[in-house]
Amino acid sequence: MLTLERVGKTYPNGVRALESVSLEVEPGEIVAVIGGSGCGKSTLLRAISGLDTPSQGRVVLDGAPVTRPHEKIGIIFQEPRLLPWLSVADNVGFGIEDRPKRERVERIGLALERVGLSEKARVWPRELSGGQAQRVAIARALVPRPEVLLLDEPFSALDAFTRVDLQDHLLALWADSKPTLVHVTHDVDEAIVLADRVVVMRPRPGRIADEIVVDLPRPRDRQSAAFDFAKRRILAALDRSLDRTVTVDDRETRAAAGQAMWW
Amino acid sequence: MTIAAAEATPQQRKAGFDRLGRYGKPLLGLVLPVVAAALWELAVRAGLASGRLVPPPSVIFATFWELAQAGELQRHASATCSRVAAGFCIGVVAGTLAGAITGYSALLRRLLDPTLQALRAIPSIAWVPLFILWFGIFEGSKITLISVGVFFPVYLGIMGAIMSVDRKLVEVGRAFRLSDTAMVRRILLPAVLPAYILALRSGLGLGWMFVVAAELLGASEGLGFLLIDGQQLGKPAQIVAAIVAFAVIGKTTDWIVASAAAPFLRWEDAFVRR
Repeated sequence: MLTLERVGKTYPNGVRALESVSLEVEPGEIVAVIGGSGCGKSTLLRAISGLDTPSQGRVVLDGAPVTRPHEKIGIIFQEPRLLPWLSVADNVGFGIEDRPKRERVERIGLALERVGLSEKARVWPRELSGGQAQRVAIARALVPRPEVLLLDEPFSALDAFTRVDLQDHLLALWADSKPTLVHVTHDVDEAIVLADRVVVMRPRPGRIADEIVVDLPRPRDRQSAAFDFAKRRILAALDRSLDRTVTVDDRETRAAAGQAMWW
Repeated sequence: MTIAAAEATPQQRKAGFDRLGRYGKPLLGLVLPVVAAALWELAVRAGLASGRLVPPPSVIFATFWELAQAGELQRHASATCSRVAAGFCIGVVAGTLAGAITGYSALLRRLLDPTLQALRAIPSIAWVPLFILWFGIFEGSKITLISVGVFFPVYLGIMGAIMSVDRKLVEVGRAFRLSDTAMVRRILLPAVLPAYILALRSGLGLGWMFVVAAELLGASEGLGFLLIDGQQLGKPAQIVAAIVAFAVIGKTTDWIVASAAAPFLRWEDAFVRR
């Protein structure tokens, strides 16, 4: 289990990026973290990954505090960040170089097959499209078999079609080994497609504004009324989190809540 | 019709260029010097120019052949080459070490870089009298001068390359919990390599420049000695022959460095790759 205990982050220049964020994530759960820019989503993810250390509070994985990058925690960044001097296969195997060669080759082959890029194994990263490169990055993060996989807006730089494709892809990969996913995004649809629970954050300082459980069966139909309803709830929570006049009519949401009994 | 014709022409020209293939394209570079040499030869033969101060290719070739026959060319060339080789090795080792530590550690950069930059501002030839006092008039002072010439481009190249390694790729290394040595081996070295090869090549170029300076200032053998000797005895053909030897050997050594590095740089997303 991944636990955040009152995690706060103040940068040396005095900016308070995060304040007292507490969160418990069950093994195998998919949590989406959503919020406007500057609400500390990425800071939160970096604190969990151990790339940055929180200034207050702590991150605990299976009872042990995380203070530096952890072998059970993988991370996927907004950009693929493939190493240009390694072939696609060597990039995928980057995190398991200490394993015997036989096992390495096998696991790399399996991972590439799983992301549908077997025929690109010997190619340089520069020859991949943006979506392919991000798939390789996903394979690279999954090959060491992390218990927790952190995703920092991984699909935000991709076009809409590729994004939808990769969301489905990610879910299929998740279903293989059911790691815990913490997925930072600013795309409401993406949060609902993926997550069991959506954490809405508010800015200055970044903290949790609301949590919305998305209890829809998978695969989720992006066109369904239930999907739409979840989207309204999240949009309303986002509006509240920014202390804006509620642009998504909450009465309508409440009415929808009444109608929502059928799902 | 006219539009179609206009569009077809560049394509056909491109097809013609492509048809030259792997060995044909490098030969294109020879067209200009060969044509110029042939024209000059014809001009001298036709009596349009005397060719006394600018000897025609046939005379240069004859001089070249004469020097080679007598074993003089080989003796001078190998003296020069071994000076450049020694100076290059020393300069590269020193430049790489200094550049690596100043690139890697901000403290050492603060400590060393200002001094090295100040030294770099001194025209290297200005060191010659001092080097001669310190290391004598023979090989020591010459090799030191060449090393100094090679040192700075290598130093600057590797320090800049290390400092500009993509922070995002370093973070990938951190996320995979690489140790310091693994970080250097698996992220920093490969990331720095293209800039390093470039630095080696400019260092080598400066090495050839400085060997001439060193040999002009006093040597009893070496291609630079052939230059001075040709000037003092009024043999322009010998000077040009030595210059040609410099060009050929310099280009060859650069080609050796570039092609030795090429297999390690195939991943580069370069502008043109042919």
